[in-house]
Amino acid sequence: MPIVKLTPIAQPELCLDCYAISPDALAGLTESGIADLEVWEGKVRWRLGDFFEVSGDAGRTPDETHVVVDGDASRMKYIGYKMTGGMITVNGSADMYLGGWMKGGKIHVTGDVDSFCGIQMEGGEIMVDGRAQNHVGCAYRGDWRGMRGGTLRIRGDAGNDIGTFINGGTIIVEGNAFIHVSTHGEGGTVIIKGDVQGRVGGQMVKGDIFVLGAIQHMLPGFKKVDTIEKEVDGQPYRLDHYVGDLGERHPSSRGQQVLGNLYVRAA
Amino acid sequence: MPVTHTQVGCPYCGASCDDLEVVVSDDGKEILEVRNACAIGNEIFHHATKPGRVTRPRLRQEDGTHKEISYDEAVDYAAKVMIEAKKPLIYGFGSTNCEAMAAIGRVAEKGGAVLDNCASICHGPSFLAIFDNGYPSCTLGEVKNRADVVLFWGCNPMHAHPRHASRYSVFPRGFFTRRGHKNRFVICIDPRETDTAKISNLHLMVNQGHDYDLFNAFRTALRGHEIPEEVAGVPREQILEGVDAMKKARFISIFYGMGLCHTDGRNHNVDIAISLTRDLNAITKATIMAMRGHYNIAGPGQVWSWSYGFPYCIDLSKGSVAHMNPGDTSSIDLAMRNDCDAFFNIGTDAGAHFPIEAVKKLRKHPWITIDPNICMASEIADLHIPVAVVGVEEGGVVYRMDNVPIQFKKVIEPPEGVISDEELFNRIYMRMCELTETEPVWIHHPALDVAKAVTEE
Repeated sequence: MPIVKLTPIAQPELCLDCYAISPDALAGLTESGIADLEVWEGKVRWRLGDFFEVSGDAGRTPDETHVVVDGDASRMKYIGYKMTGGMITVNGSADMYLGGWMKGGKIHVTGDVDSFCGIQMEGGEIMVDGRAQNHVGCAYRGDWRGMRGGTLRIRGDAGNDIGTFINGGTIIVEGNAFIHVSTHGEGGTVIIKGDVQGRVGGQMVKGDIFVLGAIQHMLPGFKKVDTIEKEVDGQPYRLDHYVGDLGERHPSSRGQQVLGNLYVRAA
Repeated sequence: MPVTHTQVGCPYCGASCDDLEVVVSDDGKEILEVRNACAIGNEIFHHATKPGRVTRPRLRQEDGTHKEISYDEAVDYAAKVMIEAKKPLIYGFGSTNCEAMAAIGRVAEKGGAVLDNCASICHGPSFLAIFDNGYPSCTLGEVKNRADVVLFWGCNPMHAHPRHASRYSVFPRGFFTRRGHKNRFVICIDPRETDTAKISNLHLMVNQGHDYDLFNAFRTALRGHEIPEEVAGVPREQILEGVDAMKKARFISIFYGMGLCHTDGRNHNVDIAISLTRDLNAITKATIMAMRGHYNIAGPGQVWSWSYGFPYCIDLSKGSVAHMNPGDTSSIDLAMRNDCDAFFNIGTDAGAHFPIEAVKKLRKHPWITIDPNICMASEIADLHIPVAVVGVEEGGVVYRMDNVPIQFKKVIEPPEGVISDEELFNRIYMRMCELTETEPVWIHHPALDVAKAVTEE
C-alpha cells in the first residue's frame, strides 16, 4: 500500500482543523497536490504543506492509501474525518474528533487522543495505545443515533460519556473510565476492563456493557438476575448479570420485554 | 413633578419581573424610588445614577494605566482586533437586549468569530439535554395558575430569583390554585438546607454530585420497581414519599438550576430530569423549566437559534457554516486549549466568573470589555467601552426564563454621550466593512419600516 508520510515541521498557534488528513481526501493525489490541500487555523486557511513535510504519493483509491503522521499531532483536529477506507497511523498523539463520522478503514494512534474520538462512528477500526479524553464513540449533540458500527479500542483510561446513544459496534476501554457509560444506549457493546466510578447504563434501552473491574456507584435501576461464565475480548470471566435500566422505556419482542445487559466481574 | 413609570421590567434575574414602578425626578436624570422590585433589582436602578460611572472608552497604555479615548477610536480598535484575530471569541450577553444580540451576529460573521453566551458556564448543559431529549415546558403563568406540586432541584430561588416563589411558583393564588401556597406541595432536592428547602414540605438531602442516581431511583420507583434502601444519601421512604406526591398531583412543575448543570454529568442530570418529566406525563401533567440566571440570558438562545440554528458555542470561523460542539467551541475550552486569540467580554464579567487559568490564557491576547460598569473584566481589559444600562437607560426585547418575550422600558437617559450596545456593535460592523473594503449587509424587512413609522408617530 502506498505510504504518504506527513512529518510535522511547524506547530499552529491555535488548533488546526485538518479535514484533509484522511485517505479519502488524499487518494489519487501526488506529493505536491497533497501539500496544497487546505487546513484551517480559525478563519485562516493554510496549506497542509505549511505544517507538514509531505513525502510519497497517495494510492489511486482510499483503500490503497496509508497515511502516516510521523510526530506530534496533539493540536491537529479531525484526523480521519469521515474516512471510508485505507489506513492512518499517528506516531504520537492526536487532537479532537479522531476518526469522527468514520465509515471504514483503520486508524492507529501510538499516543493519546483528546475528546470526541470516534464520534458518530459507523464502521472501521480505531486503536489508541494511550489514553482518551471524554466522549469516546459518542453521538453528536442532539443526535439519538450514536455509534453504529466498527471497533474502537482505547488501551489506556478514558473520561466520561463513553458510547452515549450507542446503537451498534464495540468500544473497548482497557483502563478505567470516569462516569456515563452507554447512557441512552440502544445497542452495541461497551467493555471497560478497569473500574468505573458510576452511572453505568443510565437511561439504557438495549445493548451490552461489561465492566471487568468494579463499579463504585451502581445505579438503582439495575437488578441482578444471575451469575454467568462468559468470554469477553478473548478471556473467560465469571460475571454478575444485571438488567436495566428499569427506569427507562423498553420495547417488547415476542411478548418479552427487551432490557439492557450489564455484566460486572463477580467477586 | 416626579414621573412614575409603571410596568417597568427589571434587569436582574431570569424571572424578569415586569411589574416594577420607577419614580424619576422632574429633569428625568435621577431615580427617586423603585417599587415592587427585590433588593437586588432595586439596587441596579439606583446604581445607574450613582457617581463614578465610566462615560468614555478607556484604552490601556504602555505604563499599564487606562486612558480615556473617543468612541470612534474605540470602535476602530475593536474592529481591527476582530479582523486581525484568527479566531476571536465573543462571550457574554446575559445582561443586554435582543437587539444587541442580533447586531453582534453581523460582527461575528464578518470577523469569523466564535459566538458564545453566559449559558456556556451556566445553563449550557440544559441546551444539550434539550437537544437530546426535548423540553416539556410551560410558561410561568401556567405554573402560577395550575401547579400543585412544585419541585426545586439544585436551585435556590429564595436567593437567586428572589421574587420567583412569590410571583409564580409557591405563594401566588392562581385560577386553579386559589389557596396559594396551601394548594401547593413543595419538594426541594439540595445537598444543603437552603432557604428554599426551609419553605418546602419535603426536603431530600441528596449527596452532592449524585443527582443522576436519585433521578434514576425516582424513575425506577415510578415504574413500580423496587429501589435500594438508600440512594445518593436519601432513604427509600423519602423517595417514595416524593414519588407518591407527584403521582397524586394535578400539575407538576420541576425547576432546576446549577446543582444539575454544574455537577458531574451536567447535561445528563438535566436529560434524566426531562425523562422523569416525560414519565410523569403518562400519569398526570408535568413540566420542567431551567432557572435561567440573568433577565435576558434566554435571549441569545432565541436570537442565535433563529440566526444560526444553535443557541450558543457557535463557531463562525468557516464563513457560511456554523459549527457547534461544546467541549470544543465553548468559551472555557477554547481558552484552556489556547484555541482563540482575542476576547470580547460583553455584558458580563468573565474576569470574575471564569476559572483563573482560563482568564490568564485569554489575557495573553487582546481583551475588550463592553459593559456599563466597572468590574473585574473591565479592569483587566485592554479596552473598556462603557454602554447604556439596558432596562434602565435603554429599552428592548428580553426573554424571560420561560422564553416569553417582554418589551423592557427605558426610564432615564444614559450619561451624556454614552451609546447603546446595539449602536456600538453596528458601528464596529460598519468600521470592519470600511477596513476590509466590503459592502455592509443589512437584512431589511418591510415590517421594520412599518414598526418604525408607528413608533415615530
